[in-house]
Amino acid sequence: MITRLLAAGLIAGVVAGLAVAGLQHVTTTPLILAAEVYETAQHAHDAAEAAGPAWEGLSRTAATSLATVAVSTGYALILLAGMLFSGEAIGPRRAALWGACAFAATGLATSLGLAPQLPGAAETDLAGRQIWWVATAASTGAGLFALLRLEATAAKLFGAALIVAPQFFWPTPAAPESTVPAELAARFAAASLTVQGLCWVLAGALAGLAWRLVSQDETETA
Amino acid sequence: MTTNTAAVRSLSAARAETLKAAFVALFIGLGLVYGAGFANSQSVHDAAHDSRHALSFPCH
Repeated sequence: MITRLLAAGLIAGVVAGLAVAGLQHVTTTPLILAAEVYETAQHAHDAAEAAGPAWEGLSRTAATSLATVAVSTGYALILLAGMLFSGEAIGPRRAALWGACAFAATGLATSLGLAPQLPGAAETDLAGRQIWWVATAASTGAGLFALLRLEATAAKLFGAALIVAPQFFWPTPAAPESTVPAELAARFAAASLTVQGLCWVLAGALAGLAWRLVSQDETETA
Repeated sequence: MTTNTAAVRSLSAARAETLKAAFVALFIGLGLVYGAGFANSQSVHDAAHDSRHALSFPCH
């Protein structure tokens, strides 16, 4: 069971991660690179540290893709675990819906208090923002589960409260200081949310599909 | 009756097995997301930097 579960998560994570990494390469990464031009102009000393551009570009793309594969695999495993905990029948459609709900929790709910930022944007203390992000994602996810999967009215009300509550504790925004044009930052925020949404839904759909395939294999050999 | 009890027992054993596997998957899944999205180590941060921004994780 454990092997089957990990195999399904890994297959889904690698395939979804590579697809999302390809999307990042043409959507978010060019915007990050464009923003860095403004950032380097702001802090001239960083330019001297840059290695050979071709090699650096290649290893940077590889590192980014690897991180994306790791996140997608994590997403796939979290979705499969959640569906098993709640006794859900696992298939591509249901898993994609779970992915969409997870995106609402970690992408939409968190972006109200912490809009996706280009590198170099003014930011407050990282630990505080990470704690709010994790708490909001967990609270919204639990709230969505209570709203969508529990029948009691009290549970649904509690779920709604869990979704709304974190929004009263938004982190204080930093005083703006970035020289990156607002148009770039706006495009990046939109692209970043799209990429995260696709990452969740694709990881979910493929995890559901992979789970079905590895389960079939096991039934046939048994 | 005996068959029923045995069936119930094997069903709950299967459920326990499922929950155990789900815990392992959840633990590894959260670990992967933490490592790629949140870990503060400088080298991990640098490698995952573009991906963190592109997936809307808080970063600096």
